[in-house]
Amino acid sequence: MTATVRAPDDVAQDVAEDVAEDVAESPVPIARLSTAKPGKRQHLLSVADLGRDGIEEILRLTDMFAEVSARPIPRVPALRGKTVVSLFFEDSTRTRLSFEMAAKRLSADTMSFSVSTSSVKKGESLRDTVETIEAMGIDAIVVRHSAAGVPWQVANWTEGASVINGGDGWHEHPTQALLDCYTIRQQRGRLDGLRIAIVGDIRHSRVARSDVLAFTALGASVTLVAPPTLLPSTLVGWPVDVSYRLEEVLPSCDVVYLLRLQRERMQEALLPSLREYTATYGLTRQRARLLSPGALIMHPGPVNRGVEIAAEVADQPNSVITRQVRNGVAVRMSVLYLMLGSGVDLGA
Amino acid sequence: MAERERALTPPYGGVFVPRTKVMDPDDVKRATWRMAHEIIERNHGTEAVVLIGLQTGGVPFAGRLAEAIDSVSGVMVPIGSLDVAFYRDDIGLRPVLPEAATHIPVDLTGKTVVLVDDVLFTGRTVRAALNALSDYGRARAVQLSVMVDRGHRELPIRPDYVGKNLPTRRDEMVDVSEEGVVLGDVMPR
Repeated sequence: MTATVRAPDDVAQDVAEDVAEDVAESPVPIARLSTAKPGKRQHLLSVADLGRDGIEEILRLTDMFAEVSARPIPRVPALRGKTVVSLFFEDSTRTRLSFEMAAKRLSADTMSFSVSTSSVKKGESLRDTVETIEAMGIDAIVVRHSAAGVPWQVANWTEGASVINGGDGWHEHPTQALLDCYTIRQQRGRLDGLRIAIVGDIRHSRVARSDVLAFTALGASVTLVAPPTLLPSTLVGWPVDVSYRLEEVLPSCDVVYLLRLQRERMQEALLPSLREYTATYGLTRQRARLLSPGALIMHPGPVNRGVEIAAEVADQPNSVITRQVRNGVAVRMSVLYLMLGSGVDLGA
Repeated sequence: MAERERALTPPYGGVFVPRTKVMDPDDVKRATWRMAHEIIERNHGTEAVVLIGLQTGGVPFAGRLAEAIDSVSGVMVPIGSLDVAFYRDDIGLRPVLPEAATHIPVDLTGKTVVLVDDVLFTGRTVRAALNALSDYGRARAVQLSVMVDRGHRELPIRPDYVGKNLPTRRDEMVDVSEEGVVLGDVMPR
């Protein structure tokens, strides 16, 4: 499947041609979903590695950890004696806290590493940092880094420990995609056949890349909605549709997934102004009325209220943004348990 | 039953070959009725009694036991289900995956909990269940009801209500269902 481009005007048409040229130059498509039955899985680096069976196994297990989280004493002894380290080279609130809480609810020990107070400040390399941490005898490392591919590198350097990708550059954020799938399934019962619009800064978004893989693996159809400057330079191999008009997509979609405008990653003038972005691509109150009743509003956070989503819309009953965060803990418990405790092949 | 368990324990993916039918469907029904009577007798009625089936084999058995108690006493006691995978002491030694989410319908504090399972073997599942239960409240008492006690205990655990005591070899397998109890072997595929 390739991207079908519906260009509303000449500008977009030009961009579409540029995209076509880029395609010829850069043959690197979005990762292909694994269909092979994988062997024992040590790491979670990409949604693509999991395949449909792996994703569904994690969602199935998440139901059980959601039940654990709802107990008066939300803790099970499954990972007693294991140690999980979060190695975050980039700022994070929810992913890091969520992983730590997940590990604690499984009775694992947690250690937290933040660059600003570590020997990285003295010039210690990534590799030495990883080897030092592993030498202390840890079982899993959750890595976040601003460069794509760092979790793969770290996985090459570790021997016994599991590596979990907590977000690498613009590339992937697998546990976010898993919790998004879980949230949609929880609210709508399934993903198969749903129409999902992912709106906003697709170009800089690792969430978008992992979500596209996971949503389509489970049978949903995905439409990307963004100004041409905020789309990736190539959409070859992406199993998605593209639209430049949010109003056209909203009435027919079951889920609208808004992305944060990542101003910290924008090195060039990709937008005339934030206000113009909000005027054309923001989910304002007026646009939110176009949504069919029951359509879900999602956002990976942190939310720029008043930019990609109006404050009132973010608080509507069909907005499941806080539910996503709550489910994040159960999904990460499920991932940690599968990696460290179950002894089971993820694809089995 | 236990398809998944056979897939996850040695010999992995083995096939169950039935050898001896130990109880027929009527025997199972009569044993269930007797245990229902015993539960009522021991607890002087059904007040504060909660049946909790262990996933997966104990869950349908708990349902039938509750029906039998209902027929005898006219009271439907609360039924729950418990998956003890996260409490097992062999996590890391063999693949351990839960089958279904635990469902405990009432606060267990002050209740008399009857744990229900199909087969009692090493006692390790029951040990895990006792730990799990304590996370749901402080039960007044915990009792254990099993359809088959096949011996080979590795922990100081004994059942309160037994359908049948069945001496077995360690490597044999006992299959319990509504259709009866069958003793057999697991052959590598």
